[in-house]
Amino acid sequence: MVPNDPINELAHIRVLMDRSTRFLSLSGLSGVIAGFVALGGALLAQHHITVAIGRSRDVLTYGTGNGYTAPHELLLTLLTDASLVLLVALLSAAWFTWRRSKRTGQYLWDATAQRLLINMLVPLVMGGIFCLALFYYGLPGLVAPATLVFYGLALFNAGKYTLDEVRWLGLCEMLLGAISVFWLEAGLLFWALGFGVLHIIYGAVMYVRYERAGHGGGSI
Amino acid sequence: MIELLNKAFESRVRLGVMAVLVVNEWVDHVRLKELLGVTDGNLASHLAALEEMKFVQVRKRFVGKRPNTSYKVSTSGAKAFRAHLDAIERLIPKH
Repeated sequence: MVPNDPINELAHIRVLMDRSTRFLSLSGLSGVIAGFVALGGALLAQHHITVAIGRSRDVLTYGTGNGYTAPHELLLTLLTDASLVLLVALLSAAWFTWRRSKRTGQYLWDATAQRLLINMLVPLVMGGIFCLALFYYGLPGLVAPATLVFYGLALFNAGKYTLDEVRWLGLCEMLLGAISVFWLEAGLLFWALGFGVLHIIYGAVMYVRYERAGHGGGSI
Repeated sequence: MIELLNKAFESRVRLGVMAVLVVNEWVDHVRLKELLGVTDGNLASHLAALEEMKFVQVRKRFVGKRPNTSYKVSTSGAKAFRAHLDAIERLIPKH
Protein backbone atom coordinates (compact mmCIF):
# COMPACT_ATOMS: atom_id res chain seq x y z
CA MET A 1 0.00 0.00 0.00
CA VAL A 2 1.26 3.41 -0.90
CA PRO A 3 0.03 6.00 1.56
CA ASN A 4 -2.52 7.85 -0.55
CA ASP A 5 -2.24 10.87 1.67
CA PRO A 6 1.34 11.17 2.92
CA ILE A 7 0.72 14.47 4.67
CA ASN A 8 -2.07 12.94 6.68
CA GLU A 9 0.09 9.93 7.46
CA LEU A 10 2.90 12.09 8.82
CA ALA A 11 0.45 14.14 10.86
CA HIS A 12 -0.88 10.95 12.43
CA ILE A 13 2.63 9.86 13.36
CA ARG A 14 3.40 13.25 14.81
CA VAL A 15 0.30 13.27 16.99
CA LEU A 16 1.18 9.84 18.36
CA MET A 17 4.74 10.89 19.15
CA ASP A 18 3.51 13.98 20.96
CA ARG A 19 0.70 12.33 22.81
CA SER A 20 2.91 9.52 24.06
CA THR A 21 5.61 11.83 25.43
CA ARG A 22 3.85 15.03 26.43
CA PHE A 23 1.16 15.83 28.92
CA LEU A 24 -1.29 18.05 27.08
CA SER A 25 -4.16 18.57 29.50
CA LEU A 26 -2.69 21.44 31.50
CA SER A 27 -5.37 24.04 31.85
CA GLY A 28 -4.74 27.70 31.11
CA LEU A 29 -7.51 28.80 33.45
CA SER A 30 -5.60 27.49 36.45
CA GLY A 31 -2.74 29.77 35.42
CA VAL A 32 -5.05 32.77 35.50
CA ILE A 33 -6.40 31.82 38.93
CA ALA A 34 -2.89 31.22 40.30
CA GLY A 35 -1.86 34.61 38.95
CA PHE A 36 -4.61 36.47 40.76
CA VAL A 37 -3.98 34.54 43.98
CA ALA A 38 -0.30 35.47 43.75
CA LEU A 39 -1.14 39.15 43.25
CA GLY A 40 -3.35 39.03 46.33
CA GLY A 41 -0.59 37.32 48.29
CA ALA A 42 1.96 39.93 47.22
CA LEU A 43 -0.30 42.79 48.29
CA LEU A 44 -0.83 41.12 51.64
CA ALA A 45 2.92 40.62 52.12
CA GLN A 46 3.58 44.25 51.18
CA HIS A 47 1.01 45.33 53.75
CA HIS A 48 2.52 43.19 56.53
CA ILE A 49 6.03 44.40 55.80
CA THR A 50 4.95 48.04 55.83
CA VAL A 51 2.99 47.61 59.07
CA ALA A 52 5.79 45.75 60.82
CA ILE A 53 8.81 47.81 59.87
CA GLY A 54 7.60 50.85 57.95
CA ARG A 55 8.66 52.09 54.56
CA SER A 56 12.39 52.39 55.03
CA ARG A 57 13.84 48.98 55.53
CA ASP A 58 16.82 46.78 55.11
CA VAL A 59 16.04 45.04 51.83
CA LEU A 60 17.96 41.91 52.72
CA THR A 61 16.63 41.16 56.21
CA TYR A 62 13.40 43.21 56.27
CA GLY A 63 14.54 44.38 59.68
CA THR A 64 14.56 40.89 61.08
CA GLY A 65 18.29 40.83 61.83
CA ASN A 66 20.05 41.61 65.10
CA GLY A 67 18.92 44.64 67.01
CA TYR A 68 15.46 44.75 65.53
CA THR A 69 12.36 43.93 67.47
CA ALA A 70 10.04 42.97 64.64
CA PRO A 71 11.77 39.76 63.64
CA HIS A 72 10.18 36.40 63.83
CA GLU A 73 6.55 37.33 63.78
CA LEU A 74 6.93 38.97 60.39
CA LEU A 75 8.86 35.99 59.03
CA LEU A 76 6.13 33.63 60.17
CA THR A 77 3.45 35.81 58.61
CA LEU A 78 5.31 35.95 55.29
CA LEU A 79 5.93 32.21 55.36
CA THR A 80 2.24 31.50 56.00
CA ASP A 81 1.23 33.92 53.26
CA ALA A 82 3.56 32.27 50.73
CA SER A 83 2.46 28.76 51.69
CA LEU A 84 -1.21 29.67 51.29
CA VAL A 85 -0.59 31.13 47.83
CA LEU A 86 1.27 27.96 46.82
CA LEU A 87 -1.47 25.71 48.17
CA VAL A 88 -4.32 27.54 46.43
CA ALA A 89 -2.36 27.69 43.16
CA LEU A 90 -1.61 23.95 43.26
CA LEU A 91 -5.18 23.02 44.14
CA SER A 92 -6.62 25.12 41.33
CA ALA A 93 -4.09 23.67 38.87
CA ALA A 94 -5.02 20.15 39.90
CA TRP A 95 -8.74 20.80 39.73
CA PHE A 96 -8.80 22.58 36.36
CA THR A 97 -6.46 20.04 34.81
CA TRP A 98 -8.58 17.18 36.10
CA ARG A 99 -11.69 18.84 34.64
CA ARG A 100 -10.00 19.41 31.31
CA SER A 101 -8.63 15.89 31.00
CA LYS A 102 -12.12 14.56 31.67
CA ARG A 103 -13.49 16.65 28.85
CA THR A 104 -10.78 15.76 26.35
CA GLY A 105 -10.96 12.10 27.36
CA GLN A 106 -7.24 11.88 28.08
CA TYR A 107 -5.94 9.83 30.96
CA LEU A 108 -4.92 12.13 33.77
CA TRP A 109 -2.47 9.90 35.59
CA ASP A 110 -0.49 8.27 32.80
CA ALA A 111 3.24 8.01 32.11
CA THR A 112 3.41 11.52 30.67
CA ALA A 113 1.77 13.09 33.71
CA GLN A 114 4.12 11.26 36.06
CA ARG A 115 7.17 12.31 34.08
CA LEU A 116 5.99 15.91 34.00
CA LEU A 117 5.40 15.96 37.74
CA ILE A 118 8.73 14.38 38.66
CA ASN A 119 10.69 16.75 36.44
CA MET A 120 8.88 19.70 37.91
CA LEU A 121 8.97 18.60 41.54
CA VAL A 122 12.70 17.94 41.86
CA PRO A 123 13.87 21.53 41.24
CA LEU A 124 10.81 22.86 43.07
CA VAL A 125 11.39 20.88 46.27
CA MET A 126 15.08 21.81 46.28
CA GLY A 127 14.08 25.45 45.87
CA GLY A 128 11.63 25.11 48.73
CA ILE A 129 14.31 23.78 51.05
CA PHE A 130 16.68 26.52 49.96
CA CYS A 131 14.08 29.22 50.66
CA LEU A 132 13.31 27.78 54.10
CA ALA A 133 17.01 28.13 54.85
CA LEU A 134 16.89 31.78 53.75
CA PHE A 135 14.04 32.39 56.19
CA TYR A 136 15.96 30.49 58.86
CA TYR A 137 18.98 32.78 58.47
CA GLY A 138 16.77 35.87 58.49
CA LEU A 139 17.26 36.78 54.84
CA PRO A 140 13.68 37.08 53.54
CA GLY A 141 14.80 39.66 50.99
CA LEU A 142 16.39 36.87 48.96
CA VAL A 143 13.34 34.64 49.01
CA ALA A 144 11.45 36.39 46.21
CA PRO A 145 14.30 36.13 43.68
CA ALA A 146 15.07 32.56 44.78
CA THR A 147 11.49 31.38 44.31
CA LEU A 148 11.43 32.96 40.84
CA VAL A 149 14.69 31.28 39.82
CA PHE A 150 13.81 27.83 41.15
CA TYR A 151 10.28 27.96 39.80
CA GLY A 152 11.65 29.01 36.42
CA LEU A 153 14.10 26.10 36.48
CA ALA A 154 11.28 23.69 37.33
CA LEU A 155 9.12 24.94 34.44
CA PHE A 156 12.03 24.99 32.02
CA ASN A 157 12.80 21.41 32.90
CA ALA A 158 9.19 20.23 32.85
CA GLY A 159 8.53 22.03 29.56
CA LYS A 160 10.10 19.14 27.68
CA TYR A 161 7.19 16.96 28.73
CA THR A 162 4.28 19.27 28.03
CA LEU A 163 3.40 22.17 25.75
CA ASP A 164 6.38 24.24 24.59
CA GLU A 165 4.93 27.42 26.03
CA VAL A 166 5.73 26.17 29.55
CA ARG A 167 9.42 26.27 28.69
CA TRP A 168 9.14 29.91 27.66
CA LEU A 169 7.24 30.75 30.82
CA GLY A 170 10.09 29.13 32.79
CA LEU A 171 12.67 31.19 30.94
CA CYS A 172 10.80 34.43 31.72
CA GLU A 173 10.49 33.53 35.41
CA MET A 174 14.22 32.85 35.64
CA LEU A 175 15.03 36.16 33.94
CA LEU A 176 12.85 38.10 36.39
CA GLY A 177 14.55 36.23 39.25
CA ALA A 178 18.00 37.04 37.93
CA ILE A 179 17.19 40.75 37.58
CA SER A 180 15.52 41.03 40.97
CA VAL A 181 18.41 39.44 42.84
CA PHE A 182 20.40 42.54 41.88
CA TRP A 183 17.52 44.81 42.77
CA LEU A 184 16.23 43.64 46.11
CA GLU A 185 14.28 46.84 46.78
CA ALA A 186 11.88 45.72 44.07
CA GLY A 187 11.93 42.06 45.07
CA LEU A 188 8.26 41.82 45.94
CA LEU A 189 7.28 43.74 42.82
CA PHE A 190 9.22 41.31 40.64
CA TRP A 191 7.69 38.41 42.51
CA ALA A 192 4.23 39.83 41.77
CA LEU A 193 5.21 40.26 38.12
CA GLY A 194 6.51 36.70 37.83
CA PHE A 195 3.92 34.77 39.78
CA GLY A 196 1.00 37.12 39.17
CA VAL A 197 1.16 38.96 35.86
CA LEU A 198 3.11 36.31 33.90
CA HIS A 199 0.75 33.55 35.04
CA ILE A 200 -2.30 35.55 34.02
CA ILE A 201 -0.83 36.32 30.58
CA TYR A 202 0.32 32.73 30.09
CA GLY A 203 -3.00 31.29 31.24
CA ALA A 204 -5.03 33.59 29.02
CA VAL A 205 -2.86 32.81 25.98
CA MET A 206 -3.13 29.07 26.60
CA TYR A 207 -6.86 29.27 27.09
CA VAL A 208 -7.40 31.17 23.86
CA ARG A 209 -4.98 28.99 21.93
CA TYR A 210 -6.03 25.52 23.02
CA GLU A 211 -9.21 25.46 25.06
CA ARG A 212 -11.73 27.96 23.81
CA ALA A 213 -14.55 26.98 21.44
CA GLY A 214 -14.41 23.27 22.14
CA HIS A 215 -10.85 22.93 20.92
CA GLY A 216 -10.13 19.34 21.90
CA GLY A 217 -6.55 20.04 22.82
CA GLY A 218 -5.59 16.43 22.18
CA SER A 219 -3.11 17.44 19.57
CA ILE A 220 -0.71 20.30 19.16
CA MET B 1 10.77 6.20 -4.98
CA ILE B 2 7.85 4.13 -3.85
CA GLU B 3 10.03 1.04 -3.48
CA LEU B 4 11.81 2.83 -0.63
CA LEU B 5 8.69 2.52 1.50
CA ASN B 6 9.10 -0.33 3.92
CA LYS B 7 6.47 -3.02 3.54
CA ALA B 8 6.80 -3.81 7.22
CA PHE B 9 5.16 -0.48 8.05
CA GLU B 10 2.23 -0.79 5.70
CA SER B 11 -0.31 -1.04 8.48
CA ARG B 12 -1.36 2.03 10.36
CA VAL B 13 -1.09 0.12 13.63
CA ARG B 14 2.53 -0.86 13.05
CA LEU B 15 3.35 2.67 12.02
CA GLY B 16 1.72 3.90 15.21
CA VAL B 17 3.58 1.41 17.38
CA MET B 18 6.89 2.48 15.90
CA ALA B 19 6.05 6.18 16.28
CA VAL B 20 5.39 5.70 19.98
CA LEU B 21 8.40 3.48 20.59
CA VAL B 22 11.02 5.69 18.90
CA VAL B 23 10.30 8.52 21.33
CA ASN B 24 9.91 6.46 24.51
CA GLU B 25 11.91 3.90 26.43
CA TRP B 26 10.02 0.76 27.41
CA VAL B 27 6.28 1.04 26.74
CA ASP B 28 3.90 -1.61 28.00
CA HIS B 29 1.08 -3.31 26.15
CA VAL B 30 -1.74 -1.52 27.97
CA ARG B 31 -0.29 1.89 27.27
CA LEU B 32 0.17 1.11 23.57
CA LYS B 33 -3.39 -0.10 23.36
CA GLU B 34 -4.65 3.06 24.99
CA LEU B 35 -2.59 5.36 22.75
CA LEU B 36 -3.47 3.62 19.50
CA GLY B 37 -7.06 2.76 20.32
CA VAL B 38 -6.90 -0.81 19.00
CA THR B 39 -7.97 -4.19 20.36
CA ASP B 40 -5.67 -6.53 22.25
CA GLY B 41 -5.60 -9.19 19.54
CA ASN B 42 -4.96 -6.74 16.74
CA LEU B 43 -2.11 -5.09 18.61
CA ALA B 44 -0.59 -8.42 19.65
CA SER B 45 -0.42 -9.73 16.09
CA HIS B 46 1.27 -6.57 14.80
CA LEU B 47 3.73 -6.58 17.70
CA ALA B 48 4.54 -10.22 17.00
CA ALA B 49 5.30 -9.33 13.39
CA LEU B 50 7.55 -6.45 14.44
CA GLU B 51 9.30 -8.70 16.92
CA GLU B 52 9.80 -11.33 14.21
CA MET B 53 11.62 -8.74 12.10
CA LYS B 54 13.71 -7.80 15.15
CA PHE B 55 12.39 -4.24 14.99
CA VAL B 56 11.26 -4.34 18.62
CA GLN B 57 12.61 -5.94 21.78
CA VAL B 58 10.21 -7.58 24.18
CA ARG B 59 10.47 -7.76 27.95
CA LYS B 60 8.12 -9.88 30.00
CA ARG B 61 8.06 -9.57 33.75
CA PHE B 62 5.73 -9.42 36.70
CA VAL B 63 4.55 -6.21 38.26
CA GLY B 64 3.19 -7.46 41.56
CA LYS B 65 1.22 -10.51 40.57
CA ARG B 66 0.34 -9.34 37.08
CA PRO B 67 2.35 -10.22 34.02
CA ASN B 68 3.53 -7.12 32.22
CA THR B 69 4.88 -7.05 28.69
CA SER B 70 6.86 -4.05 27.51
CA TYR B 71 8.37 -3.16 24.17
CA LYS B 72 11.33 -1.15 23.08
CA VAL B 73 12.47 -0.24 19.59
CA SER B 74 15.71 -1.89 18.40
CA THR B 75 18.46 0.01 16.62
CA SER B 76 17.57 -1.55 13.29
CA GLY B 77 13.89 -0.86 13.90
CA ALA B 78 14.52 2.83 14.56
CA LYS B 79 16.69 3.04 11.46
CA ALA B 80 14.09 1.35 9.27
CA PHE B 81 11.34 3.58 10.66
CA ARG B 82 13.27 6.76 9.95
CA ALA B 83 14.04 5.62 6.41
CA HIS B 84 10.34 4.93 5.97
CA LEU B 85 9.45 8.42 7.20
CA ASP B 86 11.94 9.94 4.78
CA ALA B 87 10.33 7.97 1.97
CA ILE B 88 6.86 9.20 2.90
CA GLU B 89 8.17 12.74 3.04
CA ARG B 90 9.50 12.44 -0.49
CA LEU B 91 6.01 11.53 -1.68
CA ILE B 92 4.72 14.92 -0.63
CA PRO B 93 4.53 17.08 -3.72
CA LYS B 94 6.81 20.10 -3.54
CA HIS B 95 5.09 23.41 -3.92
